Amino acid sequence: MKPPAFEYVRAGTTEEAVAELARAGEDARLLAGGQSLMPILNMRLAMPRRLIDLNRVGELAYIREREDGVAIGAMTRQRAVEKSTLVARRVPLLADAIPWVGHFQIRNRGTIGGSLAHADPAAELPAVAVCLDARVTVRGPDGSRTLTSEQLYRSYFTTTLASTEILTEVWFPAAPARTGHAWLEFARRHGDYALVGVAAAVTLRDGSIAEARLALTGVGDRPTRARDAERRLVGRRGSDAVLEDAAETVRQTIQPASDIHGTAEYRRRLASTLTVRALRLAIERAHQAPSGTP
Amino acid sequence: MTVNVNGRHYAERVPPRLLLSDFLRHHLRLTGTHVGCEHGVCGACTVLLDGAAVRSCLLLAVQTDGAQITTVEGLAGDGERLHPVQEAFREMHGLQCGFCTAGFLLSAVELLRDQPHPDDATIRRELAGNLCRCTGYQNIVRAVRRAADLIDRR
Repeated sequence: MKPPAFEYVRAGTTEEAVAELARAGEDARLLAGGQSLMPILNMRLAMPRRLIDLNRVGELAYIREREDGVAIGAMTRQRAVEKSTLVARRVPLLADAIPWVGHFQIRNRGTIGGSLAHADPAAELPAVAVCLDARVTVRGPDGSRTLTSEQLYRSYFTTTLASTEILTEVWFPAAPARTGHAWLEFARRHGDYALVGVAAAVTLRDGSIAEARLALTGVGDRPTRARDAERRLVGRRGSDAVLEDAAETVRQTIQPASDIHGTAEYRRRLASTLTVRALRLAIERAHQAPSGTP
Repeated sequence: MTVNVNGRHYAERVPPRLLLSDFLRHHLRLTGTHVGCEHGVCGACTVLLDGAAVRSCLLLAVQTDGAQITTVEGLAGDGERLHPVQEAFREMHGLQCGFCTAGFLLSAVELLRDQPHPDDATIRRELAGNLCRCTGYQNIVRAVRRAADLIDRR
């Protein structure tokens, strides 16, 4: 398996990359970490005329504290995010989920922006972004714009970005006080794409759930926020019955597809089971979480 | 492109679509890097790129212009003496057919650099990105544990 022939352009700056992309248009692909695109090329599932390599765009590799949150440049390696103490402290859900992305050799190359823009509905990082209402910045020939991560996703492997736009940054809000997070997923083998993954964030006030966030992978054509289930949790205590009620809502509202890895019904049951476990873990952690800003 | 592989400097002209794995094997004749699945799953083609373990089948050779690469041929250095990880794999029978071995060795080098004394659970988790179809992994885990001791002793 060898990639088809293509023209190769190495961008040195974001501006250069945007200009190259505008020139090449629909026939071009951006090469970030390459951990999804290179297999696609090796298997000839895509044959772009031109590859624009972003790996030398040093200005897109950073992790910074900003506006009560953490801004991460699109070309930041997943491994750098995994090892960041700032991320661990301020965005614990991201820190919890990122070791589940591929294997460490993949995370050494794979980038946060690449994973978000690839829009695989089974991938961890898009679901984490959707769960936390992360914002992404994109840049095109007419300048920059910012959108919510939910606005980013259209369908399987499809974003709402124009063919001339580049995702340049993602910003995650810092975890509020008294908040616990959990990422859980089930895969047949570690490192495989999970059948279903669940991201949970729970904020407690006076022992009750003040805010709950739930997002799932593998249950639809894009990362799926479970708002109906979230609403059923607010104002209640995290008893088993309450968590099971929320999980039942998840089970009834998602519309997973059947494929060779599992039936729709099996995914529904997995989603429900993982939701209970993720909520329980998040609540446990919320009890231990600092009551001030971390 | 120019690249430093195992301490040796190379200047080569390559087509953009050439994979790093094929560049190493066919252009530099460093056939210790094996090619298995060519889509990043099996780990046989793992090399160190500027010190980090990566899949050479998921990189274009041109992307490594100016970089430093270590393949299994470079682990032992110039001397006769094996690298402690190689020594440990030999001693603990961490290989049978040897197809996956180079990838395991280079992954283990990074693992032991980051975590000099990993427990078995850590070794199993971190080496999950390398597939072996002979050993059943038991001796590979033992070999990595042994390598940690050997590195301490040297």
